[in-house]
Amino acid sequence: MGYSDRVMVVAIYVLLILLSFSALYPFWNTIVVSFNVGLDTAKGGITFWPRQFTWSNYEVFFSNRGILNAFMITILRTIIGSISAIFVTALVAYSMSRSQLMGRKYYTFYFIFTMYFGGGLIPTFLLINSLGLMNNFLVYIIPGLISVWNMIIFRTFFKSLPVGIEESAQIDGCSNMGVFLRIVLPLSGPVIATLGLFTAIAHWNDWFAPTIYITNEKLLPIQTILRRILNSNLINEAFGSGNIDSAMGERLAQKSITNKSIISAAIMVVSLPIIAVYPFVQKYFVKGVMIGSLKE
Amino acid sequence: MSQVKAKENFKSIPPKRRSVNEKSFLQRLWKQIDLQLMVWVGVLLIFVFSYIPMYGVITGFMDYSIFTGARIFENPWVGFKHFESFFNAPQFDTIMRNTLVISLLKFLIGFPAPIILALMLNEVRRRFFKRTIQTITYLPYFMSWVIVGSMVMSLLSTDNGSINIFLQTLGIIDEPINFLSERNYFWGILVTTNVWKDIGFNSIIYLAAIAGVNPSLYEAAEMDGASKFKQMYLITIPTIMPIIIIFMILQMGSLLNAGFEDILILAQNPSLRPVSDVIDTYVYRIGILNQRYDYGVAVGLFKAVVSIILLTSANYLARRTGNSLW
Repeated sequence: MGYSDRVMVVAIYVLLILLSFSALYPFWNTIVVSFNVGLDTAKGGITFWPRQFTWSNYEVFFSNRGILNAFMITILRTIIGSISAIFVTALVAYSMSRSQLMGRKYYTFYFIFTMYFGGGLIPTFLLINSLGLMNNFLVYIIPGLISVWNMIIFRTFFKSLPVGIEESAQIDGCSNMGVFLRIVLPLSGPVIATLGLFTAIAHWNDWFAPTIYITNEKLLPIQTILRRILNSNLINEAFGSGNIDSAMGERLAQKSITNKSIISAAIMVVSLPIIAVYPFVQKYFVKGVMIGSLKE
Repeated sequence: MSQVKAKENFKSIPPKRRSVNEKSFLQRLWKQIDLQLMVWVGVLLIFVFSYIPMYGVITGFMDYSIFTGARIFENPWVGFKHFESFFNAPQFDTIMRNTLVISLLKFLIGFPAPIILALMLNEVRRRFFKRTIQTITYLPYFMSWVIVGSMVMSLLSTDNGSINIFLQTLGIIDEPINFLSERNYFWGILVTTNVWKDIGFNSIIYLAAIAGVNPSLYEAAEMDGASKFKQMYLITIPTIMPIIIIFMILQMGSLLNAGFEDILILAQNPSLRPVSDVIDTYVYRIGILNQRYDYGVAVGLFKAVVSIILLTSANYLARRTGNSLW
């Protein structure tokens, strides 16, 4: 290795470390602020370590009934939404992967067309409205049941499965549905994990759809609530006037909670599930990007 | 349930037989009715949630009232009235400028950034180090814009914001700056945040492409005394060029997609509107919040048409270099 090569390698290492630092620091700083007494944070100077440690930001956050309800909504829609979407998408993809499917060419065009053209925000909004899905939990589930992109990835994967197994199952009297349920799905672990993961994260992170489709407080997911806390300057306003009573208001003052400290706790709680599963599933999503990038 | 029903329907159709071996269309269809039903689940869902909204864009040419519901044709036709009022709207110039400037900035900085990261990661020989860097830089991609936006706001705030603390410690500024309420900083903050969020994840695809480069090319180059930089420039980059071009075409088609969620979250301060309002946020504000549905549809349709033209022409250009999408 020549001199210039060594300089380049050192520069690359330094840059990569700086980049990683910039990726991690915002999370770390948020953790620190979430464990520091709110009024103390407001004095400034909190960067790498808490100055006055406290749990109260989390206590107050979790003592709010609206928050716990919003968590339940998020968890429910993530579980129901991803399982149903993966099942339906895989089912359609399986059928599309069979060469004997009549009209396959037309179906393919019909699906792919929607990847390039769409109605847009407002026609979709008006449709959801006229379907009676406004203020309905099902608005989280039904429109997402099929994703053309995921369907194509599934189809590509199913096509790569050895045909022999399916044929022998069919000779033994297995119907197409039986082949799908008993043979194809069990063989598709990695691709189900990958696409399921992406679908679940999309459900977990969705904050925008509820802001336009849901006005009922009880159906709002946690991300939308967090956005609202972020938008307002007063904690009382953020938690919704119905959710906060005078006792709680006193407690907030007593524990010197500020808007910033409560938001930091909220960020940590909302992102923790993703951070926690993330290292274990990383290999799946890298694989997923690879499958997705394989063009037809 | 539906399968049983379909079976009964089919029994009532008398089978036609052309010859002993050749089965009729309906018979062949009947034999694979379960496959057809599976696909029809998808056909139905896509029809409702993709094709009906496409048909709904005709409301952009009407004076639409939400009370007509599904009886869409009871609304009067007005031709291009809403398009004209958008072109003549006082905000039109600002919105178009912001849309183009923001998406161009995102393209100029956000497009090469993951390629550079992939090239740098490729030079790292220590596997553990490389994997750690990858894991860390992919992480922000999986966070929602609400989370990312909250963290950015927290870092930039005047009340214990780390950026202000840092700049003050270095003595660059005396007083904390309220970054997110000043127009001068907005584009920079928006683009930086986007790059920060996506750089790691977007580099995966380029890393994969680099991994496919034939190692003997590097060996030969090393024998000839080529430096690392030269190898990168003369071997790695030319080999991954087709992928770079494909992604570039995709980006050009979305030239009018300046962003939506990121801007909604980061530009909460209405005083930022002269620099933050883009077509999509405008459609949302006017169309949904102010409930001018017909007008909003027209603006959205204008954007869609321009995007299609852009994508088609970008693809035409790319076809001449032999790397087209279709």
